[in-house]
Amino acid sequence: MSRVKINPDSKKKELDQILEISGENIRDCMQCGKCSAGCPASNSMDILPHQVIRLLQLGQLDKVASSQTIWNCASCFTCASRCPRNVDLAKLMEAIRLTLIRVKGNSRLKADDVPGKLDNKIPQQAIVSGFRKYNK
Amino acid sequence: MKYSYYPGCTLKTKAQELEKFALDSAKALGVELEEQKEWQCCGAVYPLAKDEIATKLSSVRSLVAAHEKGEKLVTLCAACHHVIKRVNEDMKIDDNVRKKVNNYLKLTEEYKGEGEVIHYLELLRDEIGFDKLTELVKKPLTDRKIGAYYGCLLLRPSGTMNFDDAENPSIIEDFIKAIGATPIKYPYRTECCGGYLSLDKKEFVKEMTTSIVKSALKHEVGEIVTACPLCKYNLENSEIVDGNKISISYFTELLAEALGVK
Amino acid sequence: MFEGGIELARIGVFVCWCGTNIAGTVNVEEVAKTALEMPGVVYAKDYQYMCSEIGQNLVKNAIKEQKLDRVVIASCSPRMHEATFRKAATVAGLNPYLVEIANIREHCSWIHKNKEEGTEKAIALVRAAVAKATLNTELTSGEIDVEHRALVIGGGIAGLQTALDIADAGYKVDVIEKTPSIGGKMAQIDKTFPTLDCSACILTPKMVDASAHPNINLYTYSEVEKVSGYVGNFEVTIKQKARSVNMEKCTGCGVCTEKCPSRKTKSEFDEGLRTRGAIYKPFQQAVPNVPVIDRNACIKFNTGKCGLCEKVCTAGAIEFSQEDTKITQKYGAIVVATGYDIINLDNFGEYSYADSPDVITSLEFERLTNAAGPTAGKFVRPSDHKKPKKVVFIQCVGSRDKSCRGKSYCSKFCCMYTAKHAMLIRDKYPDIEVSVFYIDVRTPGKNFDEFQRRAVEEYGVNYIRGMVGKVFPDGDKLQVHGVDTLSGDTIKIDADMVVLAAATQAKDDAEELGRKLSISTDTNNFFTEAHPKLRPVETHSAGIYLSGACQGPKDIPETVAQASAAAAKAIILLSKSKLVNNPCVSGVNEAICSGCLECTKMCPYEAISAKTLEIKDHGKVIPKVVAEVNEALCQGCGGCTVTCRPGAIDLKGFSNRQILAEVDAICH
Repeated sequence: MSRVKINPDSKKKELDQILEISGENIRDCMQCGKCSAGCPASNSMDILPHQVIRLLQLGQLDKVASSQTIWNCASCFTCASRCPRNVDLAKLMEAIRLTLIRVKGNSRLKADDVPGKLDNKIPQQAIVSGFRKYNK
Repeated sequence: MKYSYYPGCTLKTKAQELEKFALDSAKALGVELEEQKEWQCCGAVYPLAKDEIATKLSSVRSLVAAHEKGEKLVTLCAACHHVIKRVNEDMKIDDNVRKKVNNYLKLTEEYKGEGEVIHYLELLRDEIGFDKLTELVKKPLTDRKIGAYYGCLLLRPSGTMNFDDAENPSIIEDFIKAIGATPIKYPYRTECCGGYLSLDKKEFVKEMTTSIVKSALKHEVGEIVTACPLCKYNLENSEIVDGNKISISYFTELLAEALGVK
Repeated sequence: MFEGGIELARIGVFVCWCGTNIAGTVNVEEVAKTALEMPGVVYAKDYQYMCSEIGQNLVKNAIKEQKLDRVVIASCSPRMHEATFRKAATVAGLNPYLVEIANIREHCSWIHKNKEEGTEKAIALVRAAVAKATLNTELTSGEIDVEHRALVIGGGIAGLQTALDIADAGYKVDVIEKTPSIGGKMAQIDKTFPTLDCSACILTPKMVDASAHPNINLYTYSEVEKVSGYVGNFEVTIKQKARSVNMEKCTGCGVCTEKCPSRKTKSEFDEGLRTRGAIYKPFQQAVPNVPVIDRNACIKFNTGKCGLCEKVCTAGAIEFSQEDTKITQKYGAIVVATGYDIINLDNFGEYSYADSPDVITSLEFERLTNAAGPTAGKFVRPSDHKKPKKVVFIQCVGSRDKSCRGKSYCSKFCCMYTAKHAMLIRDKYPDIEVSVFYIDVRTPGKNFDEFQRRAVEEYGVNYIRGMVGKVFPDGDKLQVHGVDTLSGDTIKIDADMVVLAAATQAKDDAEELGRKLSISTDTNNFFTEAHPKLRPVETHSAGIYLSGACQGPKDIPETVAQASAAAAKAIILLSKSKLVNNPCVSGVNEAICSGCLECTKMCPYEAISAKTLEIKDHGKVIPKVVAEVNEALCQGCGGCTVTCRPGAIDLKGFSNRQILAEVDAICH
């Protein structure tokens, strides 16, 4: 493992984009870990929610972009609801996802793949929300 | 009392029972729910990005329609309620969204979030009152051990949703008591079921719902009630529902049963 | 000296740079130059730090050499240095009330960015000050008496320490305490950090000293009802609630408390972990050693039946007919020592505090381990009285929380008491596994860091850096879901007991008490000190001081230090036989006064009354009613001058003419 530079200039534009889309101030986070402790999806995550913010604070966007975490987030808002510093992590997660899938051709879920994932009981709500989250 | 009613797409297809029992019960309770003439899919998820405006428009259209009629807007699906309520809040406090939405929709009168959207459970608790509900119950569900499953979207974020205490809610338990049954509080009743992850990541959803159902079983819950079609679907798919004597139903089904209109 | 008249005045203007505080946004040299051209000004000078010794000497020398008869200082707020310059003037032989301050810092340089505008405004302010100074007259301070008696509100360690110090200095002190006994939170605690002294062992001697001290009077089970007056002369009405027990006759045997059949009330002292009778003493070493009857819980007061305590009392001390009494006393100084509480945990449902008896607060923990507590010091679970195998401590429950759920500040002593709790368990029961979830460990005091590290290094307490998300009750276990942010792992502990370090908060009635005393509270309802750095025990109301946690969360060493500091300030006040009062008081021109007496109704200090004169009118002697100002009570607020229609009542030092002169000068 080699030493990283914090806040590399090459990532500044993407970081600014994430902050603008979310409207959140990542400096507010004091890394208490309440979000990670309460996240119901944490078992499936490679980087914990509080680590996602820490990496953003240090400008290490590559690690965040290549993680499983941001796609396994269920948008349950437990983190945002409990954060003692009023950081809305759900909005940040969404902003990170959007900076990746808003790039043409980068949708996580292609329309053609959806029918194969359905059974005859799945409610429309699941299809619409899943599609909205993973496809632009 | 007359209310505008927003069903949402799932209630017209895969979750028809949720709606049918709700409307039948409303009649029995003397409440008139008139489905809005023109409504569009709310989008199922609230757009969290600050720069997304188009995805909020369908909610605003419904809010404006109800507001113009001077009626409160009633929702039944937890997801629709979440989306419409949060969009309404944006129209109140986010100048950028309010301006752009009003400009685009070219409404006759500027809409600033003055309308009110309530969930069917809030209708029962605040507009009708659980005491009145108990009076109208014809077949109380005595001795039935029912556990409420709240899910996420009704409760959080607690500041905006203002539905109940997000960590220790009681509205559904009060409802269960009102219809004569025995409510059972179990620790996992407010934990997320996995939501839309069931489209693509079924294993994770199974893990999350299994913990919830296990917790309910441990506390001797016989039936779980929920207000969200996706929660019901996810819970039913958990590993242990099949083998155990526990059923998942919509709260409106139990309401209808208690009111004798099922 | 003379009274008014621009032509004959000899005014000196001194403009301060205040380093760059003023000079950065105001061209002070230009202000001084322009001042020289103002009517009446014969001398003007600018200097970097007028308040320094050199600066003050400049003023003193100029007064003598230039034969100045008025001085205007253009500087910071009069709140900072008006007293300084008045003293300097007095030394130079000039009446201190012939000094006028123009505030060109807080009112000018600190709020403007444009130097041109700032300079223009500063010149206008100086012009106004010069116009007013021209009309300033010599004033002499009067004297007010000082009542050599102090009131301490609150009987915890802070109040007791303050009272003992004031009493030892030879002054009479009354201590008023809301609960039936003095002692406060410290009486509830088991051991104190970092020495691990037994809290009651170091507190009870002070309690006994206070009750036995010839100069101290204890009013327990009493509250402050009304406060009026001013520094040196406060008048306080104390409501003594009816104990229903005669304090002289009672021997303190305690038989009544044992026999009382009403057992439903939760003991406040034991944090609800056990019940008490309706007639009760909060704890064994209560001072005074006399029980009270909680009339809400008493069967006799509710139904008329029972009265068992009266029957078993051999001293005949039970008096059901007792009523609340009120007494009014005069005090020279008041010290507020009302302490703190911990927050209500309703907002933090994720910790399952309401649902599980084995999730407890830190204060409940103190009662559990205390040998005089509900379990006689045996560390057992409140639910089944079994010994826990795994105990989890959660820090920062409601502290450092900017959301609407909690308090934004750090509660200061929880890191230390949690380390103490953890070590006490590990020391007595080495087989119990103890974990502490924390965000930061704050141990700034003497020997504090070493104390906390002992918990980790010697006693093997698991310190985990991360918060707890939720506690899930699981059968008879408590499943704690936390995280270790340092290693990046989510943690699950099947605990038997969870202890929450709940945030401190101000007492619920702090705001109300503040209103009664006319002292301010901050956004968190802690009382505001006069200056956070330099005046930590005084308030902005002269004669009222702060002691202990009511001013902000603090541990026992700091509380005792602050208590003695507050006592010192009170002693300074009480040691004076007379206080110099503010001479800027109102005066009535009886020739113009029409006797309408509107001013008497207006005055918030009740300083104006009616007086009947006898005047000669067309050969007859007729009575005339006029207003009269009691200069000792007048606080110089000026409200009466506004009310007076003919303008007969005017404020010395801030007369109508002077104020209008200032306005004219600015609008010039």
